[in-house]
Amino acid sequence: MSDTVMDATPAAGRPAHTKLASRHLPRWSPLAIAAGAIVVAVAIGAGAGLSSHIQWGLIALLLFVGGSYAITAQVEGRRQAKDRVATSLVWSSFILAVIPLYSLVETTIKKGAGVIDGTFLTHSMNNVLTLQPGGGVYHAIIGTLEQVGIAAVIATPIGLLTAVYLVEYGKGRLAKWVTFFVDVMTGVPSIVAGLFILSIWFVLLDKAPANGFAGSLALAILMLPVVVRSTEEMLKLVPNELREASLALGVPKWRTIVKVVVPTSIGGITTGVMLAVARIAGESAPIALLVFGSNVINTDPFHDPQSSLPYYIYEQYKNGNEPSYARAWGAALVLIAFVMILNLVARAIARWKAPKHQ
Amino acid sequence: MTTTAPPPTKPEPHRATGPVTRPGDRIFAGMARGSGIALLVVMAAIAAFLTVRAVHAISKDHGNFLTTFEWTPSLNPPVFGIAVLAYGTVVSAIIAMVIAVPIALGIALFITHYAPRRLGGPIAYVIDLLAAVPSIIYGLWGALFLVPHMRGLNLWLDDYLGWTVIFHKEDPNSAARSLFTVGILLAIMVLPIITNVSREVINQVPKMHQEAALALGATRWEVIRLSVLPFARSGIISASMLGLGRALGETMAVATVLSASPTLSAHILDPVGGTFSQNIVAKFGEADDFGRDALIASGLVLFLITLLVNGAARIIIQRRKEYSGANA
Repeated sequence: MSDTVMDATPAAGRPAHTKLASRHLPRWSPLAIAAGAIVVAVAIGAGAGLSSHIQWGLIALLLFVGGSYAITAQVEGRRQAKDRVATSLVWSSFILAVIPLYSLVETTIKKGAGVIDGTFLTHSMNNVLTLQPGGGVYHAIIGTLEQVGIAAVIATPIGLLTAVYLVEYGKGRLAKWVTFFVDVMTGVPSIVAGLFILSIWFVLLDKAPANGFAGSLALAILMLPVVVRSTEEMLKLVPNELREASLALGVPKWRTIVKVVVPTSIGGITTGVMLAVARIAGESAPIALLVFGSNVINTDPFHDPQSSLPYYIYEQYKNGNEPSYARAWGAALVLIAFVMILNLVARAIARWKAPKHQ
Repeated sequence: MTTTAPPPTKPEPHRATGPVTRPGDRIFAGMARGSGIALLVVMAAIAAFLTVRAVHAISKDHGNFLTTFEWTPSLNPPVFGIAVLAYGTVVSAIIAMVIAVPIALGIALFITHYAPRRLGGPIAYVIDLLAAVPSIIYGLWGALFLVPHMRGLNLWLDDYLGWTVIFHKEDPNSAARSLFTVGILLAIMVLPIITNVSREVINQVPKMHQEAALALGATRWEVIRLSVLPFARSGIISASMLGLGRALGETMAVATVLSASPTLSAHILDPVGGTFSQNIVAKFGEADDFGRDALIASGLVLFLITLLVNGAARIIIQRRKEYSGANA
């Protein structure tokens, strides 16, 4: 033993080194304390007849935190004990958050996967009683695609130009105001955007809207600030040397922007737009106020009510019976898949087109 | 050296014309500026249009708009007020914040300081993705999965903490469609956004500060408490306020979970109460034109509240940007 340890032996016994080489708990001690806490918690839980396993978990957590503090304080000192408590709190907050988020995804996939088949994706709810199984989301998919498409067509150019203004032209008070209100607009609740479009219809046409286009306008308002913010970040990444080189060749500023600045950052801009589309594709509140939903296929976004995937889920939930719940889970899985695919593709584009640093 | 005399005469004509502006430049700059102005106009129009309809509705309200509990604009004379809605919105948002902020901060620290290096990136990516899950899906999950699972916790809280009045449950057998459950669901929903923003701020804490603290013998927790948190505090506050703004305005998740009634109750486990956006969606279908104006009035109040919260958050962030030299 003593000849294998090279530098510890001469230091042993010296008072100056005892502080540095103070007593340590072995590395497996957190695991041991955790196991002990769980055993005691199960004993308490079973003994007191607590039915909910959440309570067992909470008792175990308390025992673990308290136990590791007490033991560490005895062996290593109070500062180390506090550090252990902080570590276990950070870890447990992570685990605490993962449980519901995992459960959400798992439930949706488990309950939705059984519902989705060819019929579900290619049929509407026309002539399907809410109490009977069957029917599908075809009309809702069409509604979502059209409404989101129109919203994107409206919001993308305005958003791009606003970002160009902020990065390339914006100086002075107007730019400051625009920047501030883009930020504030990000936080406008979707229901307020819906009410705004509704009040426009009331004031100008004196009636309530009931078509996909009104919904698209509300979605465009929600999409606009997201597009501006992400495009702005991307344009800022374009090196100034590129702009200067182009201007030095005598190229007008607007052509520099269109031919040099925007193409350089087009990958990031596309990502931003796609993330914004993914965000508004899941909005149901404005649809509830402006588009009303429908059970039949309506391909005309400018006349008559339409459905949309998120609103369809809400409608099916409101029906309050098992076949409708099943349809709601099915539609939820379709929607989540749509949004996640948009997200993953967008992030892949961002990674693929990212400016390479040397 | 001999050519020093001519140059001063040559550049002058160039300088006199100033920068060349072509029609294309003027049109493009005008379009860009116009888009920026259009955005401001939209924000102003939201406030203006909502106010016009809201004033129209409130002027005919026979109750006090701020203190009335009921929402019955279809009565003659119409009586409606936002007391219950404002209370429910604020209480559910407070519950959400109390739960979400510490946990989100914990996850952010976990990703930046505690998780193994290789795990941190993927975890941050997944949390990013979770921020994109549509709110209606949280609502569906909340109503069909979370509500039944909240029963045990509700009973336990009622048994042991019922004496605090807050956790007293009127009817122990009623479903957990309460403001408390809504608060928990909102906490889960705003968790990703608070985590993401806090994580970005914490990542900006200068490495030097942390290494200096470590070199002085600080434990990991002391490094976080002494050098990370003070630097990131304003960023974490504004991240929380962004989350708060989202919790205040959330519609569908509340509409599916809460069983609403015009009762203002301190017992957060009872299935009563309402929030602004939940009330709008729930009452919209059966409302006549005047009823919709009344709902627009409540929407205006919600708009102003979120405007205040978000504006304050942004001002805090901007101040921080100006004063911290560490970003450069």
